[in-house]
Amino acid sequence: MAVCIAVIAKENCPLYIRSVPTQGELKFHYTVHTSLDVVEEKISGVGKALADQRELYLGLLYPTEDYKVYGYVTNSKVKFVIVVDSSNTSLRDNEIRSMFRKLHNSFTDVMCNPFYNPGDPIQSKAFDSIVSTMMVQAC
Amino acid sequence: MESLTLSDVEQKYYSELFLSCDVDNAKKVASNGKVLDLFRAAQLSNEVVHQITELCGATRLGHFGRSQFYIALKLIALAQSGLPLRVESLNTVRDLPLPRFVMGKNEQEMRHMFADPENQGPYLPRPPGRVQAKKVSAHETIQPCVPTVDPQPDTTSPVVSPHQSPPTSPHAWRKHKRQASGGNVDRQPSVPGVVWPPFREAQPGPVTGDGMWSAHSPPPVQESWVSFTDTPPSSTLPMHLPSAQPESTTVRTVPSAMTTNEIQRQISGYDDPWKITDEQRQYYINQFKTIQTDLTGLIPGSAAKEFFTKSKLPILELSHIWELSDFDKDGALTLDEFCAAFHLVVARKNGYDLPEKLPESLMPKLIDLDDSAGVPEPAPEVGFSASPVEVTPNKSPSMPSLNQNWPELNQSNEDTAIVHPVPIRMTPSKIHMQEMELKRTGSDHTHPTSPLMAKPPELSDETKLAATITFPGTTVGDGYSSSDSFTSDQEPISSAVNRQRSHSGTSPEGLKVVAPPPPPPRPNASHSRSSSLDMNRNFAAVPAVTSPSGPQQPGVVAFPPAVPPRPLPTQTSVPHGHRSVEGDGLSAHTSTSPHQMPEQPNFADFSQFQAFAVDQPADDGEKPSDSGQAERCAESTGTMRTAKNDVQAEERNATTVNSAKVSTPLAPPPKPVRRRLKSDDELRPDVEDLPQKSNIIATVLATQPSIPRSIGKDKKAIQASIRRNKETNTVLARLNSELQQQLKDLLEERISLEVQLEQLRPFSHL
Repeated sequence: MAVCIAVIAKENCPLYIRSVPTQGELKFHYTVHTSLDVVEEKISGVGKALADQRELYLGLLYPTEDYKVYGYVTNSKVKFVIVVDSSNTSLRDNEIRSMFRKLHNSFTDVMCNPFYNPGDPIQSKAFDSIVSTMMVQAC
Repeated sequence: MESLTLSDVEQKYYSELFLSCDVDNAKKVASNGKVLDLFRAAQLSNEVVHQITELCGATRLGHFGRSQFYIALKLIALAQSGLPLRVESLNTVRDLPLPRFVMGKNEQEMRHMFADPENQGPYLPRPPGRVQAKKVSAHETIQPCVPTVDPQPDTTSPVVSPHQSPPTSPHAWRKHKRQASGGNVDRQPSVPGVVWPPFREAQPGPVTGDGMWSAHSPPPVQESWVSFTDTPPSSTLPMHLPSAQPESTTVRTVPSAMTTNEIQRQISGYDDPWKITDEQRQYYINQFKTIQTDLTGLIPGSAAKEFFTKSKLPILELSHIWELSDFDKDGALTLDEFCAAFHLVVARKNGYDLPEKLPESLMPKLIDLDDSAGVPEPAPEVGFSASPVEVTPNKSPSMPSLNQNWPELNQSNEDTAIVHPVPIRMTPSKIHMQEMELKRTGSDHTHPTSPLMAKPPELSDETKLAATITFPGTTVGDGYSSSDSFTSDQEPISSAVNRQRSHSGTSPEGLKVVAPPPPPPRPNASHSRSSSLDMNRNFAAVPAVTSPSGPQQPGVVAFPPAVPPRPLPTQTSVPHGHRSVEGDGLSAHTSTSPHQMPEQPNFADFSQFQAFAVDQPADDGEKPSDSGQAERCAESTGTMRTAKNDVQAEERNATTVNSAKVSTPLAPPPKPVRRRLKSDDELRPDVEDLPQKSNIIATVLATQPSIPRSIGKDKKAIQASIRRNKETNTVLARLNSELQQQLKDLLEERISLEVQLEQLRPFSHL
């Protein structure tokens, strides 16, 4: 269960960011922002292989003592960032991958909507519901 | 009570209200609870409410029967009109507007009730008649009280004289007009008079749930049913309703006709407010044609966007409507999806809230393939599945979407596809074996490993790997029961092997890790006895083979000395198999040989085994434990198999009879083979021992040929050989288990190292 989920566009502007409201959201925003550097590094590192060979799932980007940040980038350079609590050790890599996959699928659905202009903040309810299922249930 | 004559409209209205209050279906409602709420919602003072209650007789009865309820409602209307509350006035006041109830939270209740099958009426009128208030079960709701009502249009409309509406509507008419038929009747107390007459005109309409609605239906015919142009027109729609202006008729005849009738039908007790009536559907289809002439085709997203943008709904809502209606998430609308979207737009324009999920009746008639797209759950309303009318048109439009669904499904499937963990025998030992066999048998092209014959016993990893890769292909025919999976795994394993090759420093290890060694060509494991003979040859060749492989395993676990040179035995056994097959004079042998042939020629080498068994005693003393093990390994492809089987099944004692032994290895050849592979892998580190053992094995093998001779002699020899085989089995089993353990340890070590590496990696860039 993620603590914060963010979708960042190709130009590194956020399209969607949602955190568990109990904690300081600004902190998560900042974390996501710093993780973008790591994402850039990872995707630029695979220089020899073109995008089609590069795996979309980037894995653990950035661990701190409080939480871990996982990254995923699509072929169109849209980045998904998931922040999970470090205390939640039960989360396995496969689960993170499946979360990213779901995110990617629902993001694609949002994109398919002709009423959505790329670059707009994502306001789709379906997307919200998907994200809600992945977020830590605020108690 | 006094007799009460109600107009039809009133009748309808009251019955709806009664139903809404009569949640228990008891045909009477308690005086408290909903009824009181309702009365309070009428915004009358409590005193008046009490008075009404008293007048209608509920206080006498203690509850509101239907008649009491009706009387009460009428009294409320009276009170709201400012008329004195008198029983006599119940029947005298003719033009009494329907009682108005402030919706507030009642609206929510009403909505819920609305969702119930019985209470559709008051609410249904909504879509056609945009008057949200109406929607609220014909309760006149003051605009602010209606949360779901489109604020802008409604507020203005009621005030405006109905007669003004028609002129405005033509302006609004563009593509299609949505007609908010009816609602405003309830709207303002101030215009009840104005409203009423036209309302009455509408009386003839079929009595649907909502009297008002029904009243509206005929007159509103002219009103545009859907106005996709400006909101002002929609706001004027309520006004239109009461007016039976001819102008509107001309412009919107078709759609309005659809609307009203459909609305009525909707109101008339259909459970599903989202149901698309025939006229509506026809209208939608016509509109679809204006965009896309082919009814089975798709409307691209951009065209649909333009079309629906004309409805002047906010983009966010249109986006939500799209999400709901684009069932297959393909970015285009089929006819069904288009109808659903259109219907939702109409509903929204009329003030209905958009559902969270697509209502059942709006779902395109797809076969349930589109799981990946997320089949919307049925709306809370009790919805019929789409009417038959919808079915047929759905079929064709849905076909393309079906096709579109497939890729999604496939993609999702690919994600979750689990590659068969086909055990491929990656062990180089196999290759060794094959090579050995090739060397020995030479001309035995029937040998499964014959393909390898072409390859010199190159011990380079690539060669081994390549051989391994090809070998599986050839060994498929070996008759391993696992060959099926074996074959299928060829490619992935080959690739795995290749990968291994590229980056596994120690190929043996890499091979081991890559794939659970599929039953290797098991030349050795094929049969216990024959292998003995082969072992001689194998072991002879093994040194050559193993030596190169030895250095390949630098980092390999310091294999326990006890580990017999498995690869050798397998290798040697293979040729044994060949020989046994060829020279099989033993009956049992022959019987098994053909069977074994597919697996390992050595396999069937019963004679070899016997010979080996004969030699066993002699050899036992000479060989060190390792060699003994190696010998035993080499001794029997079948034996080893048996051993493995034994190990696995702990049936060491099961093979009491040679024939049994012969058969057992044959029976589960794949298993032993597999184990063999593993053990081969384990043995890889132990290959170094092979040279030592090869000699011993060679000696053992050499003794095997004597077995056939002895067979004919007496049972004793057979029994002796059986015993020896058993011992061999035991030793091999032990060896096998040890090797397995080694392998596991190695793998764990590797995993832990990898984990450490992973942990360290994130910090690499810091």
